[in-house]
Amino acid sequence: MANGENKKSPKLEETMEGNILYNLDPIIMKYHYEIDYIHSYAQDSPFFAGLVKGKIMGTRCDKCNYGYATPKTHCMQCGSPTKWVEVPLEGKVHTWTTCYFGGEAFLKETPFNLVLVEFEGFDSLFLSRLIGAEQKDIKVGMKVQARFRRKSKFDPTDVYFVPA
Amino acid sequence: MRKVYMVSGGITKFVKASPEKNFQLMVKDAFDYAMKDVPKLNKDMIDGCVASYFSDHFARQLMAGIMVQDYLGLCPKPGKRIEGGGATGGLCFQSAYEAVASGRMEVCVAYGFETMSHVETWKGNEFIALASDTNYDYPVGGFYSGYYAMMVVRHMHEFGTTREQLAKVSIKNHRNAYYNPYSQKRMKITVKDVLNSEMVAWPLTRLDICTMSDGAAVCILASEKMAEKLTDKPVLITGVGTGTDAMRMADRPHGNVMLLPHEKASDYKNLKYPGVHSFRAGRAAAKQAYEMAKITNPLKELDVIELHDAYTSSEVQTYEDLGLCKYGEGGKFVEEGYPFLPDIDYGLNLPKQGVLPVNPSGGLIACGHPVGATGLMQAVFMHWQVQGSIKKHFGDDKLQVKNAKRGLIHSHAGTGTYVTATIMERGF
Ligand SMILES: [Zn+2]
Repeated sequence: MANGENKKSPKLEETMEGNILYNLDPIIMKYHYEIDYIHSYAQDSPFFAGLVKGKIMGTRCDKCNYGYATPKTHCMQCGSPTKWVEVPLEGKVHTWTTCYFGGEAFLKETPFNLVLVEFEGFDSLFLSRLIGAEQKDIKVGMKVQARFRRKSKFDPTDVYFVPA
Repeated sequence: MRKVYMVSGGITKFVKASPEKNFQLMVKDAFDYAMKDVPKLNKDMIDGCVASYFSDHFARQLMAGIMVQDYLGLCPKPGKRIEGGGATGGLCFQSAYEAVASGRMEVCVAYGFETMSHVETWKGNEFIALASDTNYDYPVGGFYSGYYAMMVVRHMHEFGTTREQLAKVSIKNHRNAYYNPYSQKRMKITVKDVLNSEMVAWPLTRLDICTMSDGAAVCILASEKMAEKLTDKPVLITGVGTGTDAMRMADRPHGNVMLLPHEKASDYKNLKYPGVHSFRAGRAAAKQAYEMAKITNPLKELDVIELHDAYTSSEVQTYEDLGLCKYGEGGKFVEEGYPFLPDIDYGLNLPKQGVLPVNPSGGLIACGHPVGATGLMQAVFMHWQVQGSIKKHFGDDKLQVKNAKRGLIHSHAGTGTYVTATIMERGF
């Protein structure tokens, strides 16, 4: 105690950073969370590289010939490795919807159309946006044409479809 | 494998938000309810647990399961977490079943919860959409209601299913909920109300879609020896089935229907299956569960069903997967009244009303969908149906399916990736 008289008592540093409170009973507050990932497209990279060149790269099984319009680098049917192939840039609407709401990240883009596109010679489908058509204009089976962004984002929105 | 019984269950009332109780306390409430229902059971007799919750994002907490286990005072007994999207609860129930069936445990507790109110609704929708391929699907406009909308648009194209038929599922489930004190959306609505409700993703409106919720549910499973000791109304689990399908809807095959015993290949000559109109995982789950429970005609041999109606459309699609009607006939099945309760006035003309009640509780549409709790909630409601104890737990027997001896519960994850079907029968 005698020594302590000369020392300041230990104290946590006070800061101006506080929390946003919404309620006191119970205490409800805002908690912020954010993260940057180091994400690799790994063996699927050729698909995203293809979009930049105006191509939809799918895959085809060497062994059973199953065609993947959305790439799988191994065949889901037989397990063999697949090879990269170009998917036609014209297809047909297999099914569709118009979203009037969405996840927070996409709310500002509503309403938007989602389509699953089918392609001649391919067994699996491809999910994309359909631009330039309203809900009333869209039909299962309608022909659609791929278009590409000029400024690539290196995500699947680099390609989108319009009525053919 | 040994016989496994459900001896007791408990749930909290699912609500939009429960800021006054955290997930530990919600599970504790459901657990205490279940324990109270079998007074001869004490904690020492519990051999272990399985935890069910879907999202670390919603919980803002990794390893939330162990925090429930310690809160319940069940450490250092065995425990683990099961996760499989919307089917998490159904998978958890089956995992607890396996623990007892294998002989590893005599009594196993399956507990589940979700706290979805921790983010705003549209952020919540974004979290849920992360349960789609984040390379190929999510960035395009990740939205589960949009995915299910695409599936039902194809169902409508393939089979002529109508929005009016979907609306009848909404009418049924909201109306049943009137007599379920655990439900949160009790509504007397008409086809028009559903069609004119706010459009979310064509053709699904707000009244076609369940709501995110907070809630917890608990099921207690036991071996024959323990079930005999604990209760005079045990419910025997006679069939378990689990199916899976590709994450990306784009990858679903277009092949042949997986047939149930009462179907023929010629029923489906021109049908490419499952495509995106049907849930192959649901059919696979049903097929296994029926084989195990020796069910050959589910419409005749089941008395009641609680199924995963996250969307009115998925309820209709599930009638078909479960073989209650043929593929393509789901719309007609609800229109004619088969899945309605016999003694409730729905304001509809239903010539086949009450043949096989589906979602007498009101389902996810009226009770809510706190993901990790949902599949266990169905087990709890089915337990009470098969026990004949709905009146005891609901305070009203309006929803009690008369003489319900055998029921099916069905739990389903995102666009049909994981689906479970479990058969529960009177064990007394
Ligand atoms: Zn192959």
